[in-house]
Amino acid sequence: MSPPVPSKILTDDVSLLMVLIDSNPHFWSSIKPHFSFSKFLSHVLAFLNSILLLNQLNQVVVIATGINSCGYVFDSSSGSVSQRAESLLPKLEEFAENDESLSERDDDSGNGVGSSLLSGSLSMALCYIQRVFRSGPLHPQPRIICLHGSPDGPGQYVAIMNSIFSAQRSMVPIDSCVIGIQHSAFLQQASYITGGVYLKPQQLDGLFQYLATVFATDLHSRNFLQLPKPVGVDFRASCFCHKNTIDMGFICSVCLSIFCKHQKKCSTCGMLPNVCRSIFGQAQTRDPSASQQRK
Amino acid sequence: MANDPSSPVKLNVEFRTIKGHKFTKDGTKQALLNLTQDQGGNYIFEFENFPDRNVCKDFVASAIALSGEAGRTVPEKSAVPIQDEQLSAAEMERRIKLLQEDSDLQKLHKQFVIGGILSEAEFWATRKKLLEQNYSRRPKQRVALKNDMWSTKPLADGQSNRVTFNLTPEIILQIFAEKPAVRQAYLNFVPNKMTEKEFWTKYSRAEYLHSTKNVIAAAAEAAEDEELAVFLKQDDMLVNEARKKIRQVDPTLDMEADEGDDYMHLPIQDHGLPRNDNKDVLDSQYEPYRRSFSQHLNQHAAVVLQGRVIDVELGDTRSVAEALARTKHAELAKDASDVYLDKERLERISRMTEIEDLQAPRDPAVAPLSIKDPRDYFDSQQANAFSTLGDTVSGAKQLKCSVSTREAYCSLKECISEIKFQGLTEPTINSEVAFKVLNGLAQNISSNKYHLGRNPNESILDSLPKITREELLLHWSSIQELLKHFWSSYPITTKYLLTKATKLKDAMSQIYPKLQEIKESVQSDLRHQVSLLVQPMLQALDAAFAHYDADVQNRSARSGERPNGF
Repeated sequence: MSPPVPSKILTDDVSLLMVLIDSNPHFWSSIKPHFSFSKFLSHVLAFLNSILLLNQLNQVVVIATGINSCGYVFDSSSGSVSQRAESLLPKLEEFAENDESLSERDDDSGNGVGSSLLSGSLSMALCYIQRVFRSGPLHPQPRIICLHGSPDGPGQYVAIMNSIFSAQRSMVPIDSCVIGIQHSAFLQQASYITGGVYLKPQQLDGLFQYLATVFATDLHSRNFLQLPKPVGVDFRASCFCHKNTIDMGFICSVCLSIFCKHQKKCSTCGMLPNVCRSIFGQAQTRDPSASQQRK
Repeated sequence: MANDPSSPVKLNVEFRTIKGHKFTKDGTKQALLNLTQDQGGNYIFEFENFPDRNVCKDFVASAIALSGEAGRTVPEKSAVPIQDEQLSAAEMERRIKLLQEDSDLQKLHKQFVIGGILSEAEFWATRKKLLEQNYSRRPKQRVALKNDMWSTKPLADGQSNRVTFNLTPEIILQIFAEKPAVRQAYLNFVPNKMTEKEFWTKYSRAEYLHSTKNVIAAAAEAAEDEELAVFLKQDDMLVNEARKKIRQVDPTLDMEADEGDDYMHLPIQDHGLPRNDNKDVLDSQYEPYRRSFSQHLNQHAAVVLQGRVIDVELGDTRSVAEALARTKHAELAKDASDVYLDKERLERISRMTEIEDLQAPRDPAVAPLSIKDPRDYFDSQQANAFSTLGDTVSGAKQLKCSVSTREAYCSLKECISEIKFQGLTEPTINSEVAFKVLNGLAQNISSNKYHLGRNPNESILDSLPKITREELLLHWSSIQELLKHFWSSYPITTKYLLTKATKLKDAMSQIYPKLQEIKESVQSDLRHQVSLLVQPMLQALDAAFAHYDADVQNRSARSGERPNGF
């Protein structure tokens, strides 16, 4: 009796790609003169199709990141035949409608571009990946790529850090391609911690070339390739009172918040150091170059 | 070789080769100092008088220590640098052991303490935890009592009618611990009424009688011999002890324990254990001579679990007995004087039997949490991120969005439908643009690789030659140590701190040019990395120097005022 033949033969280079597209309308209208959403979509669709062509078993899932909601707009493995990426367009339109209906009536924002819900779409991507992990021993290697442009929302800090850590735990790399004007501190850290690639393309009309060169490779081949990496990630602490970067400071022993001067009372947790509950000690926090010497 | 002042030969021996020194005692015929070499030769110096010789001897001792390793456990105390505090031998041993184990620590120690910059006390002041750890690692176990009840089993010699008992000091200790009556008897009888040997003979006889389980014979012998009777009867002292123990049981912990659990007062029905000779109905006069196995076992177990209560040498039986008696007395006295014990127990009982449902609601004994807005923390991180990536000014500008939400969504949807109807643009990307992008990427990657190395996790230190790396690490740890002591001596209030700060500053200024040298000595392609590494060290040293100079200036300004101002 011959052993049952597995229905899928998954080699090392099969990947499951979760693409998080930034659909923040404010951002896209502000960037309109340089780069339009339609051009962006055409680059991205061509990229997704080429991923699907690289290997028959590759899977692509696209999640749209709006300002009020996030949603799945494309799943290449749904349906009997692998679909082409263009089929995401109607769904994307639907998503935009839905997102609009969720926004408040009197929101005539003339003040800056709001942030999109990156934490939500990261969480959705990680949930999908978990489901794939539990589907059996044979599964493609997942990774996440964020095509993001909106500025980082400080309120999402904790949620994004949580999803970054869970991605690190599940060994899912988060690649970032930042199409906005500013760098994104969150995505920088995300890519650094999870072992992904962070890139801010200089020329947005060559976006497809960037995507195909840097982000199309599967995880196994990345061991043999040189991919661009940023010069450094700054992990230096900043004091809570003045937001300056400091090298030597004081730390509350209860909540570990950092201050540059001796404080009578910790402003974060409200503990008084003289009541023997939090003791201020001098701590020396070093920048990365010096921290390497501690080895 | 005799002393010949006119001889042109000078004796030049390195202290490194000298292993040890011996000397004649003060007051003997000659004042000699004998320096032994490690190859086997030795030099003998004769002195005019003893004080001179002693001075030389001290000098030689410290010189040998300096040139030898710090880890040598030389029993001569003079080999260690002079210290202000009295150290026990154990403490010295701990320090030496720690130095032997950790070579980095040893290097630091050699550099600073033997170099005279820091004193021993200061060096070890911050390392108390290390010393304690070492110390606590030593096992502190003691041997417990043997859990062997039958150690007094006699060896019956089959041929003659002799039975031999072996009594070692251990066994004697256990006997005294388990049977207070025997102990008391020993204290009373020996050496007044009988010798120790006789005592133990009697005791062994009693044991033998018990082991034969012949109660009637036991009663008969007891009637004849008064002393023997002591061993054969029930142990009253034990009975009292058991009763007391029961009374001390805390009802809040063990509600079931009561008088019935007093194992000494149980009827000899042995608490349910099957008995072999039910048919014997013995006279009540034989009752006291019966021994119960369960009682004996309980008592033995209690003694073993209690462990050793005395620390006396086991050789002298009498002292053992006395020590045990003393401890028992102390316990009794403590119990008697604990009048408040009962009262406290009653209070506790009443507290524990409170019914929770009937209590009034209590306020939560916690302080409310006040967690700060993460926004505040995050904003600063963002600024850091930009400055690291070297972003241009245009990046820091906030994007202005002048359209309303509805318009924004409209344009978004328009874009989507545009693509839907027109399809993807053909070609997707202009070939020139693509070429430019590829070139840019390739250049970026190759320059990064050149600067940062293959592996982002690889450190710059690994790419340096070994000597440079070791030097850098050594300098770093010495600077840390010096700075620690330097900053801790401010504000300067005493002269001692002033001299200490000056010494530290001098040591630091010696290291400073060494760092510069390292920077220059390294190959040109690594020079930038090394200077990045060295930079924070130099900055820290500069900060320390600046502080020192400012302080000196203040000090001189203040002392300059005084003669004028009074």
